[in-house]
Amino acid sequence: MPVPSLEDFMARAYAMELEANERYAQFAEQLDTHNNREVAQMFRKLAAVEALHAKRILEEMGWPSMPALPPAYAWETLEAPETAAFDELHYLMQPMHALEIALKCEQQAQKYFEDIAAGDVPPAVKQAALEMADEEREHVQLIRDWMKRVPQPRPNWDEDPDPPRVTE
Amino acid sequence: MGQRVNAPGAPMLAPKDFKSDYKPVWCPGCGDYSVLSAITKALAMLALKPENVAVVSGIGCSSRIPAYTTCYGFHGVHGRALPVATGLKAARPDLTVLVASGDGDGYSIGGNHFLHACRRNLDLTYIVMDNHVYGMTKGQPSPTTEPDWSSKLAPGGTGLREFHPLVIALASGANFIARAYSGDPNGCAALIAEAVRHPGFSFVEVLSPCVTFRPEQREWKTMVHPAPVAATDDPGRAARRLMTDDGFNVGVLYKGKRPAYARANGGNQTVEALACQFRA
Repeated sequence: MPVPSLEDFMARAYAMELEANERYAQFAEQLDTHNNREVAQMFRKLAAVEALHAKRILEEMGWPSMPALPPAYAWETLEAPETAAFDELHYLMQPMHALEIALKCEQQAQKYFEDIAAGDVPPAVKQAALEMADEEREHVQLIRDWMKRVPQPRPNWDEDPDPPRVTE
Repeated sequence: MGQRVNAPGAPMLAPKDFKSDYKPVWCPGCGDYSVLSAITKALAMLALKPENVAVVSGIGCSSRIPAYTTCYGFHGVHGRALPVATGLKAARPDLTVLVASGDGDGYSIGGNHFLHACRRNLDLTYIVMDNHVYGMTKGQPSPTTEPDWSSKLAPGGTGLREFHPLVIALASGANFIARAYSGDPNGCAALIAEAVRHPGFSFVEVLSPCVTFRPEQREWKTMVHPAPVAATDDPGRAARRLMTDDGFNVGVLYKGKRPAYARANGGNQTVEALACQFRA
């Protein structure tokens, strides 16, 4: 995981937050379309949080807009560590499911930064990676706290009295 | 390539500039959302303008894509996306023409058109979202469904061998063959962009899970892997690789060197001049 400079590292961190923001916003739209307003609203909140994180990186670095990513930039996983997979949704999902997705993403982000900090990187990158890992750890705790305030999914939450799987 | 791109100095368009205001109605979790995202990213990467791109489709979940883009679109007849796209490209070679289809639309109802589009080798990019099922009509087996996939509509499975679209494409003359996975929208976008850049008929099969009728396809994310060897331009070598392919190799698998179809005399003959050829 070569991360040669602080600028390169922060550009990746920015891209990660931005991709997470875009994905949550897409999830909100999908669930709006399927009239699952409660979970759509939750994804919209998560998208706003990620947008805030991205904005903070720009401000910290004094960048007026999105930085250029290195030409060979690619995530080592299929998508950025904080991006929820497209196929994790269900049209009848409950708020707790949305938070479970968010928790997994925050944990992955924390691990990503910890791995960078543990690698052979310049001291400035190591310091920044440790700070980002701390932030993600806080987010993990925030999501866990949020989960305590959300009801457990109803039993048989995915049972649909008018299911799409119909044999006519 | 023949595409008209943004004028030098003009602001670059972002993927969102290729998305229309219509919200997709696919099931939440459907891989097609990701393919739509990959297409818009690819068009932005290629610095194309929406008015110089046409997206042509047939019928099915995947074929809803033209409405969700700001490009010109044609939502055609079941299985007939390729003939429409062929006519469009022949008449307007300056346009970038993408063709969107699914495994039912493209390989069954449109199977014959698939063969001949590969053979004709017009400069088209054919994106097939393959989920091994007819989703829109509620879960019937498609040509790429596994023979033992048992469902209410096919108890015990069909017992029929799957269609192998990549081998068929190669045998029929496609000039570019790739497989992508919808769970990797950035990788999928890069493959689509490469397919558009490559001259001739480019075929991109995208593994795009149907989470409603084939929820087990969520496991595809653990099964896909980068193709172990670089793309070849040797059809014989490509045939051997594709015949032993496990169905989960992702990447460019064949890049041929056939020149794309071009109309004789640049297509600028008058009707009278054409008629003379038949009188001679």
